[in-house]
Amino acid sequence: MSFLEITPNAAMAVAAVLGLLVIATAIAWPQRKRKQELWLRTRTWWVIVLLIALSVALPSWVPVALFGLISFLAFKEFVTLIPTRRADHRVLLWAYLAIPIQYYWVSVGWYGVFIIFIPVYMFLALPLRMVIAGETQGFIKAAGTLHWGLMVTVFSLSHAAYLLALPHEVNPLAGGDGLLLYLLLLTEINDVGQYCSGKLLGRRKVVPKVSPNKTVEGLLGGVVITTLVAVLAAPYLTPLLWWQALIVGCVLALAGFAGDVTVSAVKRDLKLKDSGSLLPGHGGVLDRVDSLTFTAPLFFHMIYYLHY
Amino acid sequence: MDGFLRRLFALLVLRPVALLMLGITLRGREYLPKSGPAIVAANHNSHLDTLVLLSLMPLRLIDKVRPVAAADYFLKNRLLAWFSLTLLNILPLERGNAARGEDPLAESSAALARGEILIVFPEGSRGSAEVMGKFKGGIARLKERFPDVPVIPVFLHGAGKALPRGEIVLVPVVVDAVVGEPVAWPGNRAQFTADLEAAVRGLGADLPNSFDDGD
Repeated sequence: MSFLEITPNAAMAVAAVLGLLVIATAIAWPQRKRKQELWLRTRTWWVIVLLIALSVALPSWVPVALFGLISFLAFKEFVTLIPTRRADHRVLLWAYLAIPIQYYWVSVGWYGVFIIFIPVYMFLALPLRMVIAGETQGFIKAAGTLHWGLMVTVFSLSHAAYLLALPHEVNPLAGGDGLLLYLLLLTEINDVGQYCSGKLLGRRKVVPKVSPNKTVEGLLGGVVITTLVAVLAAPYLTPLLWWQALIVGCVLALAGFAGDVTVSAVKRDLKLKDSGSLLPGHGGVLDRVDSLTFTAPLFFHMIYYLHY
Repeated sequence: MDGFLRRLFALLVLRPVALLMLGITLRGREYLPKSGPAIVAANHNSHLDTLVLLSLMPLRLIDKVRPVAAADYFLKNRLLAWFSLTLLNILPLERGNAARGEDPLAESSAALARGEILIVFPEGSRGSAEVMGKFKGGIARLKERFPDVPVIPVFLHGAGKALPRGEIVLVPVVVDAVVGEPVAWPGNRAQFTADLEAAVRGLGADLPNSFDDGD
C-alpha cells in the first residue's frame, strides 16, 4: 500500500480543479488592486483546494477529520452568532461533544448510528440537559436553535465525509474520494456559476426579502452549468449513468441555492452580513459551506439509493 | 527558567486555545503596542480576557506584558499564585491599601518605569456577562504621572459567553477584539476616564453587525 491513496481519476479531478484555479488567478491577479475582494477570495480558494486535495490523497481518516474540523468551525460560528442563555453553558458543551462522536461513526462506517445519532439522540439529549440546568424561560427557542445548528453544521456536513466510508465497490472507478470530489466540485461550480450568470444576466429577483442579489437568471445559469459539469464528470468520478448525472446535477444546483439562501435568511434574522471572518474574501466558514449543507445529504442519499 | 515556562505556556496552551477554541477576530492590530512602556485598557467579562490579550502580544514582548490583577483573588492559594505569577506574569494589586495610607499605584508606576506593558481592566471586575460597568480612575492617575505612556483602548466581546463568571468549562466561541488608537490626555483625570470609557465603547459599536447587502 502506498502512502498516497488516490485513484488516477480522482487525481485527474484535482488536477482539473487546480487548472481552473490557475485560470481564475490569472484573471484576478492583474486587477488585484482594483478588485481586492475577488483577489482575496481567489487566494482563499487556493488554501481550501490545496487542503482538500492533500487530505483526500492521504488515508481516509484525514479527510474525515478535516470535515470534523469544518463542522466544528461552522458550529462555533453558529453558537457565536445566536443568542444563548447563560443557563445553557453546559448544554453547549454537550452539543460540541456531538461533533467528534458523529465523525467517529463516520470513520468506522457505522451507518445505522451515523444516520440517527443527531436527529434522534442529540434531539433527546439536549433538552434533557437543559431540564437538568432548570431554566424554563426561553426553553423552546434555545432547544430549537441549538439542535437546528447541529443538524445544519454537523449532521448535514458529515454526509460528505460518509461518502469516504462507502465500500470501494460502490464506485470502483474513483472510490469515495471520487464521490466526495464530485460533490464538492458540483456544489462550488454551482456557487460560482450562479454568481457569474447572476452578475452577467441577472434581472428578476427570486427571493428579494431574503437575498436581494439572487436572481432567476443566476439560478438558471447555475442549473445549466452544474448539470453540464455533472454529466461530463460523472463517468470519471462516479458510477452514475448519464441520465442519473443529469438529475443529480439539477437537484444539486437547486439544493445549493436553497442552502445558500437559508443561511442568508439566518444571517438576516441576526442582522449580520457574514457569519465570521476566518476566510478572507468569503466571510466565515458558514458562508462557504452554506450550499454544501443542503447538497451533501441529498447527493449522499441519491448515491446510496442508486448504487449501494 | 520562568521565562522559558512562560514561552512554553504561550506556545503550547495560549496560542492553540486562542486559535482553535476561540478563533480571535482581531481588528486594529496596528495599534497594539510594539514596545513598552504602555497601558492596554480593556473591558472585562471573563478570565479569558487576560488570556486573549496575552495571546495577541508578540512573543518577544512576553516578559514585559503584565496583567494587573487583584492579589487577594489571584494569589489566594499556592497553585493559583504560581500560575498567575509565573505563567501569566501578573502584577499583583493589593485592593484597599490606599485606606492604609499606601500608594496603590506604586507597583504599577514602578513597572511602567521599567518599560513594561500593563494590561488593565478599568471596570475593576468582570461584572455580569457582556455588560460594561463604569470605569475606575486608576489609569488616569497613572497617565498623569507618565504623560508619555500611551493608553490603548481595547474592546473585547465573546469571552463572557465562552467562559462566564463561575464556570470552569470553556465552550468554544469566536472572540472579537478591537484595538483603538491611544487615548489623548485631556488635561484632567475625570475627563480622561470618561474619554477612555467612551473610546472602548466606541470600538464595540464599530463591530460589523449591521447588515449591508452582500450575497
